[in-house]
Amino acid sequence: MSKADIFNRIRGGLHVPSDDSARRAAVKARLDARQRNLIPQRAQLPENERLRLFIDMADEAAAELIELHSAAELVGTIENWAQENGIAHLVTASDEQIKSLDWSGNGTLVLEERVAQVGDEASLTSAFCGIAETGTLMLYSGQESPTTLNFLPDTHLVVLRASTIVGPYEDAWQMLRQATDGSMPRTVNLITGPSRSADIEQKLQMGAHGPRRLVIFLLHGE
Amino acid sequence: MQIKSPEFKQNARIALQDANLQRALGNLKAGFPQKRAAAVARLPEFDQLRDEARDLKNHILEHLDLYLEEFEKNVVANGGTVHWCRTAEDARKKILEICKDQDAKTVTKGKSMVTEEIDLNDYLEKNGVTPVETDLGEYILQLRKDHPSHIIAPAIHLNIEDVADAFHEHHKRPKSNDPAHLMREAREMLRKHFVAADVGITGANFLVAETGSTIICTNEGNGDLTQTLPKTHIVVSSIEKLVPTLEDMTLFLRLLARSATGQEFTVYNTLSSGPRRPGDQDGPENFHVVLVDNGRSDMVGSEFQEMLRCIRCSACMNHCPVYGAVGGHSYGWVYPGPMGSVLTPQMVGIENAGLLPNASTFCGKCEEVCPVRIPLPKLMRHWRDKEYEKHLSPTSVRSGLALWSFFATRPKLYRLFASVGNRFLRFKAGKKGRTSKLPLASAWTDHRDMPAPSGKTFMQQWKEQNR
Repeated sequence: MSKADIFNRIRGGLHVPSDDSARRAAVKARLDARQRNLIPQRAQLPENERLRLFIDMADEAAAELIELHSAAELVGTIENWAQENGIAHLVTASDEQIKSLDWSGNGTLVLEERVAQVGDEASLTSAFCGIAETGTLMLYSGQESPTTLNFLPDTHLVVLRASTIVGPYEDAWQMLRQATDGSMPRTVNLITGPSRSADIEQKLQMGAHGPRRLVIFLLHGE
Repeated sequence: MQIKSPEFKQNARIALQDANLQRALGNLKAGFPQKRAAAVARLPEFDQLRDEARDLKNHILEHLDLYLEEFEKNVVANGGTVHWCRTAEDARKKILEICKDQDAKTVTKGKSMVTEEIDLNDYLEKNGVTPVETDLGEYILQLRKDHPSHIIAPAIHLNIEDVADAFHEHHKRPKSNDPAHLMREAREMLRKHFVAADVGITGANFLVAETGSTIICTNEGNGDLTQTLPKTHIVVSSIEKLVPTLEDMTLFLRLLARSATGQEFTVYNTLSSGPRRPGDQDGPENFHVVLVDNGRSDMVGSEFQEMLRCIRCSACMNHCPVYGAVGGHSYGWVYPGPMGSVLTPQMVGIENAGLLPNASTFCGKCEEVCPVRIPLPKLMRHWRDKEYEKHLSPTSVRSGLALWSFFATRPKLYRLFASVGNRFLRFKAGKKGRTSKLPLASAWTDHRDMPAPSGKTFMQQWKEQNR
């Protein structure tokens, strides 16, 4: 049996004593404590600087970012953006934030709530939170937020509330545990800018297999 | 993959004279080290993080069996299955069995060095399952029936003309030498494979015990499409990739991208925890984790245990003067560069890979840049010892060492010969201070000059300073 064989070799190599309680206690303590390791200063800024850092880092990662002052501006801004960029069709997630949008605007945009398919131009989802340290978005899968929306379309539009932007990744894990009652969603996506590759002669090219463009609609207030 | 490590010397000689390879390697040397240095300079805590990462890895390895138990428990709780594979063959068979259970015709693959290690693609193909590599570099290599020469930039040994030729031949489209065009073409060609595949195979950068999650770190997004679209997701990983908690994983994520590509963070860091949940509209219905041992458990408790700290960032090879001169294929197996020179003898036997731990100048740069502070030169030295003990070193090396030790244990004789040698070298070097030809040393002087010793010898200075 492979498993027993592997474990025996590891335990033999470690000279595990017959009374293994100290090692077991150490492991339990580490798992229970979820202790944070060193967090860089950069990730521990006061709120306004943290927001600035998120915006700068997202920009550095080649994400596009549009700031909005209230949720009321969202529909108009997305519709205008879509028109300017020649996008007529938007596949959306069905979470509360997206569902609550009142798409009565200019009516040129066709919306569809579903998983993404090959050929989709653009998707619209909500981010669970933002991480200022590296301008990263956290999204996770669920009934209302299919994962394919984050990867298959050419353009990924994401609504992010400024109030959900944290400094370090560790704060995001904590928020996630609270939001999901400690159980891990099937998939958690940390997304920092659009898809890219440097596999040909180490020359960076944008838009490999994931979205070529990542557009963040940053919602201030509330 | 055939082991060509015994031919290292010949491989290296050919590589040094391969103008195209040398041009391609120039891209590596001009890129990764500078990008890493810039990223490190922006994070003042970088060295402290390295210390913490080293200590945490040591803790994990001392408790590896217990973290593995916890990981399996949580994968099962998430609805997935863990398969334990002692050997490469066990792993290949298990993966094929899962594919056959699903009646799989095609399998998409994210980038995974462990699947290279177990030679998975050939095996699947021989057994009627078609693997399709989806990472751009790996895809190029698959079309060319080639293998990675670098653990994170697999096609680093190729130039754009090679890629253009391969695409033209296989895609039957007009040839282009524009990298953006080539990437668009690959994107288009691979879309249908992503959707058609019955099984998606990815590797894992880390395995999180606390949550039973696996994580992949990619820039292209191919790994995500590989694991989200097919009905079955198989994660192929190895037993040393365990971390206790999400917080602990985070420590390594802060080091990984910066050490590897010099990025602040990889574009997509994706955690997978089991199959589709009730109500989920997409994602795989089956989730398997195939854990490969392949010699790793034997390293636990041995003088090579520290090698198990490796997080596969590639910083050691990116900074290695030997790798930079001869490229990854010269090493003759899956893992090249300094980390490969320690791992390969463990996995294919020192009798096959004895030349690798000797293919080092011991400049120490690999250890200097390692994010988990693995003493790579020391570990290579351990392999040299083993090689010598097993009488595997070539006669020329053994008799050379015997000759040297004869003189080294007779100081007067040693000094006499040293001073004659010195004078000879200075005479040969003349005013230039270096010579381009030396008897019995053409292996050195064919590629570089030998500098003449300058100043007085150590013993002379010692005497003069009256110590």
